[in-house]
Amino acid sequence: MTASNEPWIIKDLPPEIAEEAKKRKLSEKELKELKNRYQNIQVDPGEAVGIVAAQSLGEPGTQMTMRSFHFVGVAEMNVTMGLPRIIEILDASKTLKTPAMNIYIEKSHYKDKKFVESFANRIKQVTLSELSKKIEIDLGTNRINVLFNMDRLKKDSIKIDEIAAALKKQLKQIEVKLFKTSITITYKKDDIKKLYRIKEKIKNIYVSGIKGISQVLTVKKDNGEYMIKTYGSNLKAVMNAEEVDCLRTITNNIHEIKAVLGIEAARQAIVNEIMSVLSDEGLEVDERHILLISDMMCKTGKIKGITRHGITKEKTSVLARASFEIPINHLIEASSIGEEDQLSSVIENIMINQPIPVGTGLPDLVVSMKKQVNLSKESKPKAKPKKKTTAAKVAKAKTPKAKTKALAKKKK
Amino acid sequence: MKEIITKDIRSIGFGVLSPQKINKMSVVDVVTPELYDTDGYPVQKGLMDPSMGVIDPGLRCKTCGGNLKSCQGHFGSINLSKNVLHILYISHINDFLKSTCSECGRVLMKEDLQQKYAERFEKLMKEHNLDGIRSLQKAITKKLRNIKICPFCEQKQPEIIFEKPYSFKKNNERLWPDQIKEWFERIPDSDIKSIGYDPLVIRPEWLVLSKLLIPPIILRPSITLETGERSEDDLTHKLSDIVRVNQRLLENINAGAPEIIVEDLWDLLQYHITTYFNNSLAQIPPARHRSKRPLKTLAQRISGKEGRFRSNLAGKRVNFCARSVISPDSMMDINEIGVPKIIARELSIPERVTEWNMNWLKEFIKRKEYPSANYVITNEGKRKKITDETREIILKEIALDWVVERQLMDGDIVVFNRQPSLHRLSMMGHLVKVVPGKTLRIHPLVCTPYNADYDGDEMNLHLPQTEEARAESRRILMIKNQIITPRYGLSIIGHIRENILSLFYLTKNLKLSKEDATDLLIAAGITAELPKPAYKEKGKELWDGKQIFSMLLPDDFNYKTRGKILKDNKIVHGDVIIENGQLKQGVLDSKMIGSEGGEIIQRICTVYGNDAASDFINKSNLLSLEFSRKNAYTHSFYDIDISDEQKKKINKVISDAEKEVDNWMKKKNQDKITALPGKTKDETFEAYVLRELSLARNKVNKIIESNLKPDSTLNNSAMAGAGDKLLNLSLMSGFAGQQTLRGNRINFGFSKRTTAHFKKGDLSPEARGFIKEPYGKGINPLGFFFNAIVGRDSFMDTAMRTPKSGYMQRRIINALQDVKVEYDGTIRDSGKNIVQFVYGGDNIDVSKSDGGKLRI
Repeated sequence: MTASNEPWIIKDLPPEIAEEAKKRKLSEKELKELKNRYQNIQVDPGEAVGIVAAQSLGEPGTQMTMRSFHFVGVAEMNVTMGLPRIIEILDASKTLKTPAMNIYIEKSHYKDKKFVESFANRIKQVTLSELSKKIEIDLGTNRINVLFNMDRLKKDSIKIDEIAAALKKQLKQIEVKLFKTSITITYKKDDIKKLYRIKEKIKNIYVSGIKGISQVLTVKKDNGEYMIKTYGSNLKAVMNAEEVDCLRTITNNIHEIKAVLGIEAARQAIVNEIMSVLSDEGLEVDERHILLISDMMCKTGKIKGITRHGITKEKTSVLARASFEIPINHLIEASSIGEEDQLSSVIENIMINQPIPVGTGLPDLVVSMKKQVNLSKESKPKAKPKKKTTAAKVAKAKTPKAKTKALAKKKK
Repeated sequence: MKEIITKDIRSIGFGVLSPQKINKMSVVDVVTPELYDTDGYPVQKGLMDPSMGVIDPGLRCKTCGGNLKSCQGHFGSINLSKNVLHILYISHINDFLKSTCSECGRVLMKEDLQQKYAERFEKLMKEHNLDGIRSLQKAITKKLRNIKICPFCEQKQPEIIFEKPYSFKKNNERLWPDQIKEWFERIPDSDIKSIGYDPLVIRPEWLVLSKLLIPPIILRPSITLETGERSEDDLTHKLSDIVRVNQRLLENINAGAPEIIVEDLWDLLQYHITTYFNNSLAQIPPARHRSKRPLKTLAQRISGKEGRFRSNLAGKRVNFCARSVISPDSMMDINEIGVPKIIARELSIPERVTEWNMNWLKEFIKRKEYPSANYVITNEGKRKKITDETREIILKEIALDWVVERQLMDGDIVVFNRQPSLHRLSMMGHLVKVVPGKTLRIHPLVCTPYNADYDGDEMNLHLPQTEEARAESRRILMIKNQIITPRYGLSIIGHIRENILSLFYLTKNLKLSKEDATDLLIAAGITAELPKPAYKEKGKELWDGKQIFSMLLPDDFNYKTRGKILKDNKIVHGDVIIENGQLKQGVLDSKMIGSEGGEIIQRICTVYGNDAASDFINKSNLLSLEFSRKNAYTHSFYDIDISDEQKKKINKVISDAEKEVDNWMKKKNQDKITALPGKTKDETFEAYVLRELSLARNKVNKIIESNLKPDSTLNNSAMAGAGDKLLNLSLMSGFAGQQTLRGNRINFGFSKRTTAHFKKGDLSPEARGFIKEPYGKGINPLGFFFNAIVGRDSFMDTAMRTPKSGYMQRRIINALQDVKVEYDGTIRDSGKNIVQFVYGGDNIDVSKSDGGKLRI
């Protein structure tokens, strides 16, 4: 391999393959052969990659289980997997059935079991009802009395004034009085109904830990490292903790990832989540298909679900939208602003029996209509008129120049 | 030559009809609700007025003079005696009312602001940013709603309340449609623009109907029952209600009836017109047929799975197709399909007459028996059936440029399909082979992509009717070009079941005599010379099975991969090596030649091309068939019979596990179990018990695995991956094990116990669905019952999953259907927005790749 030749061939190859080629020190001839093969396996213009991607995820969907339970160890978290999880991701639903996190600990401590466990206990959300023995309303004085379980408080090393502070912070218009083993809460207005509501509310007030993290579990990994698996998710708060290795800690809530790390991270998270469900089920699907689906969901900078409110709503064509769900609404809306369907995609052209602009239906002949008619008249014995519809289309093609270019490119 | 007709629809616009347009379109003013007179003729100016088109054959249209085929129908209209609100636009009417002045009709914005918004809307419309238009409209109407004083006439705005479904109140007084219409007429065109509407497309007063368009009769055909009675379409029923009420209203108004009666009738008219548009609105009782069935009116015709869009526009019925039960034919080529003669006689392929094929096509017309022709199409486009009477005439008349529809023959390309069509491999191209019988026959090896079996499956056949379609079917759809699935880039077609087992035996350590070797090769269609014999025993020349298999491989084929090899008479993991087309080491199993990822097939396909791969599959199929014909194998009780020693070991494992569970139960009774995080004590106990029992399963698997019978078909089949699994053997000869329902032991039935055979609160393994016996020995009735519970649950799971995953796929397909590769290599959607710059990051087409990669 001569040095001068390296760049131009290597440059044309995708990075991964180029890397491998460099490593193997291929000869120039082999490189040329490689480049040839690479050119042969590239996608053709017009290839309906969207449909292929959809089918590639939809077909294995029929083989997926609704509930998959694997009990390798006794202590395992049960998160939604299988088909329901895939649907949840594609819907881009904001409330997950089982939000969960995998929290990794910073390198200096990650092999210290005690450290990890104590950290796990600290981030776990503790609600008032867990800490108290009794929560009752004193109707005589219009107060709520909370009697604490002092053993529990000692164990978690929580002080009563901390609880009071949390209460004041999260509920407005209340006054809190502190006692040794209890607190009383008075509402500023004299409204019994409201008081009852407050009583229900304070049960779920979180006192310590990170909001949303309802359960924690310390797990030992193969390399001796300890990490924390949680039910409930709060990426922002967890990543703020010093003990956490932010680079590896993840949540399965894609919206949270988008809010904290941005849309690019969310796009990758969608891919990772779908791929992990698929590999758990033992189904093989190429990553490119999932990438495309994920890109479609994220292309606007927001996460759009694959539902009638998400991607389908964005379509330019009235007929394409109408053919999916709730056609009446789409038609009415379209007529109210005088929408015009440009018939640029697949389903509209199927509706009006025209060739679809995908795959082999994409290329047009670039011949002007007049010449075509003359030709067929002159060469009558040749018979077999070629593609009536194409000729017509060409005549009306908006920018013939662009089409010529396109054709030339294809020939290349 | 036929004239070239050039029709090309480039866009479809949507808008609202104005009364003037309705007038122009209408050919008749309908006034009477009667349909037919006593003689059975349609009434003039009735809903079945013949000037709205014909539905009976033989009659002529009064308006255009066309017959049933050429007349596409004409609209009529009803003059409504009072204005009525268009229910489908009710929210738009609401918006108009709330954003314009009740006095002067101007939009409640200063003129400069109006100008500004109008320009913004114009800009958005130019950009085709419909979402932007809608959100801006929403924002503006929300703002205008709160403006209480008109900036133009300084009138205080009344409070407008919209009362569902279709009435408005202005300062607590009913605002009648007539008043609304008057109000809307005052709104100037320029003001409409500022709230995002185009006055040419929609004027607010058009949304208050004064004239109702009546669809042509062919849109609502009546059917004649056997009794001679006529049964009208739902739409006609609804329309006659409207006409009847409309006439009554008119009479009452003319007679000067009291206001309350007129208003009641007015509301009734509004109700009928509302249900005419949409009969499934909330808060409106659906109009019903005499039989209490709700009427199917306009909205119901359009929406839903059976509606116009999904049933008629997005999916269409076709000619030139066939459907029948499928059956196997493993001696065929995998690219072929066996089409029964009776089907082939009905289906035809059009062939245009040229000077070169004229004589050939004439033969078809002459022939009366099978490969004949059904129709000819003259150069004027007339279709003539070929019968005994017409045959001679057609033969004389036939000229260049006619089309002969000849019957389906061997070698024609057809498209074959099995529902559900989940991926593109559910529709593939096959070459026709006409066969006797009545079933369509396909090769067993192509069942995998179709997901078909022969237990009564039916499949569909389609004949491409144009030259382009046939060429595309051959180049793209044909089986051999679909061997590699686009899902993961590996071969989806490959050997299955006994084919794998045969090739497994053949390449294990088989010595073949010359006769056997040649028999096998001849069956595979290979006539090349035998290689040098590998062994010589007692003066006899013997060939190795690997040598025979290697005859199928290309001569310069080199490949090395992890697979299975034979070592000390045992199958172990090792390198499978192919050097210069010779299988040097290794035993073939499903990983090498099986479907869904057979590596050797995959390799041949990527290196030597699709033709070579399909050739290899065909030949190895014939080879393995011949082999299994000569060496029969079967499963028998011998396969699952295990030694007493093993049985003892297994029993020990089971009793040990039971003891462990007993310990846990004791602990539980003494309340000594500490709950795991996130679990209650009971759940923790269950988890530990389940773990004990599944450990027992693993131990028994190992015991069975440690002492396999080398000559058992089941064992060999499991080794080759030909269908059996070692777990099956373990279940049959070890023990059937715990029946788990949704991850738990079975824990319901009677109160605190599963069946009446146990004590209350019994948590022992047997009481919760643990089966000690192996299937081979037979399980006791209780175990059978538990097994049935689990079986039923998994059946239910399947039944619920199918529609769920189907809907998911429909949604993804709909969202991604117009995402394609453009000529510049970018991936774009239908709005030409870029989704990806380079497909998948490296532009590699998975279905052309090697497992999604380029192998160096």
